[in-house]
Amino acid sequence: MMADDKSNAAAYWKANVRLIFGCLVVWAFVSYGCAILFRPLLASISIGGTDLGFWFAQQGSILTFIALIFFYAWRMNQLDKKYGLGE
Amino acid sequence: MSQFAINLLFVGASFALYIGIAIWARAGSTKEFYVAGGGVHPITNGMATAADWMSAASFISMAGLIASGGYANSTYLMGWTGGFVILAMLLAPYLRKFGKFTVPDFIGERFYSPTARVVAVVCLIIASVTYVIGQMTGAGVAFSRFLEVPSTWGIWIAALTVFFYAVLGGMKGITYTQVAQYVVLIVAYTIPAVFIAMQLTGNPIPMFGMFSTHSESGVPLLQKLDDVVVALGFQDYTADVDNKLNMLLFTLSLMIGTAGLPHVIIRFFTVPKVADARWSAGWALVFIALLYLTAPAVASMARLNLMTTVYPEMTGQVEDYEAAAAEPILYEDRPAWFQTWEETGLITFNDLNDDGRIQFYNDANAGFEGTATERGWAGNELTVNNDILVLANPEIANLPGWVVGLIAAGGIAAALSTAAGLLLAISSAISHDLIKNTINPNISEKKEMLAARISMGGAILLATYLGLNPPGFAAQTVALAFGIAAASLFPVLMMGIFSTRMNSAGAVCGMLAGLTCTLLYIFTYLGWFFIPGTNMLPNTPDNWFIGISPLSFGAVGALINFAVAFAVSSVTAPPPREIQELVESVRYPKGAGAAIDH
Repeated sequence: MMADDKSNAAAYWKANVRLIFGCLVVWAFVSYGCAILFRPLLASISIGGTDLGFWFAQQGSILTFIALIFFYAWRMNQLDKKYGLGE
Repeated sequence: MSQFAINLLFVGASFALYIGIAIWARAGSTKEFYVAGGGVHPITNGMATAADWMSAASFISMAGLIASGGYANSTYLMGWTGGFVILAMLLAPYLRKFGKFTVPDFIGERFYSPTARVVAVVCLIIASVTYVIGQMTGAGVAFSRFLEVPSTWGIWIAALTVFFYAVLGGMKGITYTQVAQYVVLIVAYTIPAVFIAMQLTGNPIPMFGMFSTHSESGVPLLQKLDDVVVALGFQDYTADVDNKLNMLLFTLSLMIGTAGLPHVIIRFFTVPKVADARWSAGWALVFIALLYLTAPAVASMARLNLMTTVYPEMTGQVEDYEAAAAEPILYEDRPAWFQTWEETGLITFNDLNDDGRIQFYNDANAGFEGTATERGWAGNELTVNNDILVLANPEIANLPGWVVGLIAAGGIAAALSTAAGLLLAISSAISHDLIKNTINPNISEKKEMLAARISMGGAILLATYLGLNPPGFAAQTVALAFGIAAASLFPVLMMGIFSTRMNSAGAVCGMLAGLTCTLLYIFTYLGWFFIPGTNMLPNTPDNWFIGISPLSFGAVGALINFAVAFAVSSVTAPPPREIQELVESVRYPKGAGAAIDH
């Protein structure tokens, strides 16, 4: 592998790891945060007979998970192209 | 047409479909047998993955668990979906790029160690075999309830059908039957849910109906449910939990366990490209979410329906809950579905105070004892098995007979699709990792195929035997499967991709440490090898180490795995040059062919 290729691949990997980190922060925030730890803080926001934390636990986190995977797949396709490392 | 004939028709038609697909999708090469030829469209694979993943537990038991536990059991909803996020970002694309057939294949090559491969095979087999027991018994229950055959017959019929398409078609046959099974199970799950949401809230979409107004009382549905259950001494449905650490760790364990289960991971080896593996994970979660977003609605509505069936006075607007609670239904006035399920023993009634009425309340609540005594109640008289909520849903809501038939076919589809995926993971680990890569590397492709088919047959026989004679610990084995996947397989797979420095010694020590600690913790509370009475400490929250239940320990085991692996790896020699290059090559998609043989 040539030196240029190598630093290009390293930059691609760095960008990927950064993207994963960002996505996992959101992943943890909605599930462990909004649905579990911060539920008491969200108690004042009511939604359909209960509070926002309950909605995140039974609906919101799942919907966010779907959005996250599609966002990641879309961004990675862009990165694959940008760094010329796609198939 | 009688209900029995309708059920037979639905189940029979779905089985004919699976067998037809099996004949059409026969496997001609090891590549077709292990990874369906590697050309499955990402949306097709997403659908197959959804059926592969959603087991009898998701279809039959999960809504019942949420109905009885309320908010506290949201852990299952988040845990069994959130795992796909880490699967899509941390494992699936890179393992697809690596391009081999099995999970131990990656571990064996990445850690250049036959020991690592064999440890991985052992973990895979324990996790998958324990998991498959539940599927066989689940199929047996569905058969015996809906087709009025003894559950022994049901298990044999299920085993023969799986044998037919899994042995003949391998991953190729399994993929296309799973797509058909997904359609059957999702239709079966959502139709009754839509009808019930309409009846209770006027909103046909269950996930919205759950947060709307309950038509008969004019109160929001969840608030109505809270009021009703509290009047009977149960905990609020939406009540918060005190032990947040345990709830968090349990969710995390389910998530990383999901990502580490081999039968789910191998589904991503079947798509043509690395980018497809990412999209496919997204589609899988969309198809899973159709059921998982509906399940909490089914749970809350079924719980309310059950309560108002027993206490009809609580159905509408209630001025005085005290008065409404005083008049539960007379036992002789119980509805027809109640009687059907009594025959199965899953609903039982015992008239403790001999008043002919069904008192259904929480007699374990000490604070409620005074109220109960005042009302002349002598204890809870009704026990309802959680598992019947989904199965009895159409009957509770008075839906036509064909919906009941659909539920029967759906429950069986959910159990069979997961069983087939697990059986493939087991048989490929035996024929590919043990026979081809460890014992006899010179085996011809034809012989390897034969070995794969024989190990598949053997795995089905073992699963059938365990389904017929379920060990006493059947219910606890799910904890075991997730604990092992979370504490042993997930961490090594992740370190194998994200750390070029991780070496063989680190991986093997990490896997063994994670596995041992998790097993010790589970056995301490649930008994050695689940033998009753051999537990060292009673399995109650006061005895748990800083409040962590044995079910939640997988996440801690994973942490131990990571820590030990890094410690051992840092004091031993780095992996050889070519392994570090291999790790770098799995990190970008360029140069990935179809899954290759070697």
